[in-house]
Amino acid sequence: MPTLHWEDFPVGSVAEHGPRLVTREEIIAFAAEFDPQPMHMDEEFARSTMLGGLAASGWHTCAIGMRLIADGFITDSASHGSPGVEEVRWHKPVRPGDRLTLRRTVLEARPLKSRPDWGLVKFRFELINQAGEVVMTQLSVNMFGRRAGAA
Amino acid sequence: MRYLEDIRIGHKAELGRHTFTAEEIKSFAERYDPQPFHLDEVAAARSHFGRLAASGWHTGSVCIRLIIQNRLREEEAMRARGEPIGRTGPSPGFRDLKWLKPVYAGDTITYASEIIEARAVQTRPDKGLMFALNTGTNQDGELVFSFVSAVFVDRRPGQ
Repeated sequence: MPTLHWEDFPVGSVAEHGPRLVTREEIIAFAAEFDPQPMHMDEEFARSTMLGGLAASGWHTCAIGMRLIADGFITDSASHGSPGVEEVRWHKPVRPGDRLTLRRTVLEARPLKSRPDWGLVKFRFELINQAGEVVMTQLSVNMFGRRAGAA
Repeated sequence: MRYLEDIRIGHKAELGRHTFTAEEIKSFAERYDPQPFHLDEVAAARSHFGRLAASGWHTGSVCIRLIIQNRLREEEAMRARGEPIGRTGPSPGFRDLKWLKPVYAGDTITYASEIIEARAVQTRPDKGLMFALNTGTNQDGELVFSFVSAVFVDRRPGQ
C-alpha cells in the first residue's frame, strides 16, 4: 500500500529530494535521442550560443525533475497521474557535473468534486544546482487518492 | 527559419508521426519516470490507465525530436539554396502542457505545430520570441497532447 495520500500534501508544505548528478555523457545521449541540437551535443558550438557552453536539453532537465519526483515521493504515493503542467521556465543552463536537487512546494490542495476519493495538488517544483541557483521552475498538478474513509 | 520578421502567424505544419512501442515506453520510464503503469503491463492493468501507457515526458520528448528534425531539415534546404539562416533556440520554457488522454503501447501519434505569436524581446535587441501550439493526435483522431512552446529567434540584422 502507498504511504502518501492527498492528505499528506497540505498547502505550504515544502520538501527536498535528490541530489542527482548530471553527466556530460547523459546530456549528449538524451540530446542525440530527443533534442539533437548542436548546443546540447557540441561544446564548441554551444559556446557561440546564448547558452555559452554545453548545456542539457530543457526537456532532459524536465525528465531529470520527473525522476527526482518519482524516486522522491510519487512512487510511494497513491498517485493517479497528472493532467498537465501550467508552466516551465528554464532559468539557467544545466551543465555537465551539476548536482540537481528538487524542491517541491504545495501551492493548492482541494478534493475533486467529480471523484470524492481523489484530491488535486498543485505543486511548484524547483530544480536547484550545487551553487544554490534555481535552474528550472515548474508549476504542475497531480491527482492523488484520499485516505480510505476520509472522503 | 530566417528571422523574427519573416515569421507568419498562423502557419501550420505537420511534424510527423511516431508509434510508441512497449519496449521504448519501458526504456524511457526506467530512465526517467519509473512508475509501475509506465514499466509493466500487469501493474498498468491494475492502474487507472488500464494498459501500459507512455510517460507524459516521453510523449513530449518525441514531439521535441520531431520539431528539431523538421527545423534541421529546413535549415539544410535553406543552406543548399544559399539563403541566410537566423539562429533558433534556446528556449526559455513552455506553458499550458496538457496530457489529455493516455498514449498506450502501439498508439501512433501524429504531431503538428502552429505558430501563434512572435514578438521582440525588450532586453535583447538582437532577439525575438516565437510561440507555437504543438499537438499530438492518436490514430483514432483524439487529441492526446498539447503545449505552447517558446523559442528565441534572431532578428534580421540591421533591424
